[in-house]
Amino acid sequence: MQKIMVCIKRVVDYNVRVRVKPDGSGVMLDGVKMSVNPFDEIALEEALRIKERGTNVEVVAVSIGVADTQQQLRTALAMGADRAILVQTDAAVEPLTAAQTFLALAKKENPDLILLGKQAIDDDANQTGQMLAALWERPQATYASKVEIADGKLAVTREVDAGLETIEVDLPAVVTVDLRLNEPRYVKLPDIMKAKKKPLDVSSLDALGIVAGTYLKTIKTEPPAQRQKGVMVKDVSELVDVLKKKGLI
Amino acid sequence: MSKVLIIGEHDGKTLNPATLKCVTCAAAISDAEITILLLGAETAAVAAQAAAVAGVHHVLRLDRPENTHPLAAVFAPQIVAVAAAYSHVFGPSTSFGKDLTPRVAALLGVPQVSDLMAVETAYRFRRPIYAGNAIVTVEADPARKLVATVRVASFEAAALGGAATVAMVAVDVALPTHTRYVGAKSGSTDRPDLQTAAKVVSGGRALGSAENFKILFSLADKLGAAVGASRAAVDAGYAANEMQVGQTGKIISPEIYIAIGISGAIQHLTGIKDARTIVAINKDGEAPIFEVADVGLVGDLFQIVPELERMI
Repeated sequence: MQKIMVCIKRVVDYNVRVRVKPDGSGVMLDGVKMSVNPFDEIALEEALRIKERGTNVEVVAVSIGVADTQQQLRTALAMGADRAILVQTDAAVEPLTAAQTFLALAKKENPDLILLGKQAIDDDANQTGQMLAALWERPQATYASKVEIADGKLAVTREVDAGLETIEVDLPAVVTVDLRLNEPRYVKLPDIMKAKKKPLDVSSLDALGIVAGTYLKTIKTEPPAQRQKGVMVKDVSELVDVLKKKGLI
Repeated sequence: MSKVLIIGEHDGKTLNPATLKCVTCAAAISDAEITILLLGAETAAVAAQAAAVAGVHHVLRLDRPENTHPLAAVFAPQIVAVAAAYSHVFGPSTSFGKDLTPRVAALLGVPQVSDLMAVETAYRFRRPIYAGNAIVTVEADPARKLVATVRVASFEAAALGGAATVAMVAVDVALPTHTRYVGAKSGSTDRPDLQTAAKVVSGGRALGSAENFKILFSLADKLGAAVGASRAAVDAGYAANEMQVGQTGKIISPEIYIAIGISGAIQHLTGIKDARTIVAINKDGEAPIFEVADVGLVGDLFQIVPELERMI
């Protein structure tokens, strides 16, 4: 294992309650706190742990997005990534375009392993890792809750609907990570200072020969239907009465 | 006419109910011809079940030993070969479908629409983003094949009473050997399946320990319910990962969801908002779960749960 590429997305922070614009043209993003997608943070943490266990593993954090995405890549560098690459674009990047872009980076960087989150918490698409693995013609191990490396192979435990499943994949491979793989470290102030000196290259879709496809047109954005406020009961017997009346028990 | 190919989910014996929800979704496209594709080592029994689903026109069996376990890298090229004759490829938004369909889409060079919750036209759908805080209507290009996952909580299961044709299909594609199945560990129980159960009892961090979670299992068994958990409870080790309900766990639509000691983070509410009736039991009357609950009871769960079990 010599090189791990970690794909990172800049998203609205986990704690922000996203609101829909009154004209239905999208969600309100002005002045909203942006962060590293939490699943990608877990992916980066895993890469760093592999690096810390082994020798001479380089961790490269990559992202696609607006110029300000440098902030999230600086966070990645502060966590411990060795260098970063931003493919800068103002275009809306759909998962297929993201996968094509990461493929172009993978072909330049030749990583042994690509780690990324199982989904981004903005579009909740859950596609990019699988698409990247397909285009790269390499194995995918999605929803990883445990990753073990031995003899050029990975044993990955996956969180699936029925419980846990283990698969073995040859390297290089794409692994998308789930919540319980690890707990990402906190960034300390000296690390933030150090990160400023680490290399962060800025590239573009053009330079990689990628055309951002608009495959899906968003017609409108609406708030979800609200549930009606219900009734409060005072004790268990009243609760049982209500549920019996509704025919639920 | 739309020709919809649904990738059927099964365990070698039984067709997963999530596939029946995909059929309902596909049937909402006007004039759709629906085919279920089954990949497995031996799919005769599952094919018979699929053929009996109302609204299904054809069932295709793609039996070969390499298909014993659902590995996306192995399934995807075979599905791509079959998909040539179809306009739409659908899979369920289960861990099986979510793993598989993007790989199919990428090999086809087409986009995917994840988590269809409503069909407006053959190429226009509604889907949730931001943990369900917003619903977008998206339109795909009719000139391309469309790959999608179906949000199973948004659709009723298709009824039985169909009589589809069943045929074997063979595809001539090389299958990768770089991905191998090792084994599975399931928290198999006699309780109903959480994803499709009509009744669900679910617990949060307030349960305090895995030991205390047993009072929920006891209540669930009396009710004939499945047991779920919040992310906080799973992270704390009180409940198994497959029990997690929410944005990144299971998204469910039971008749009744009883949330016990769950505060109701937005990511959790995403997983339950299609429940017919939500009951909340929590000692904090200000907990957000009461904002969405149909019936709420403020109090100590350790007194309420055993009492409730006695009274039903």
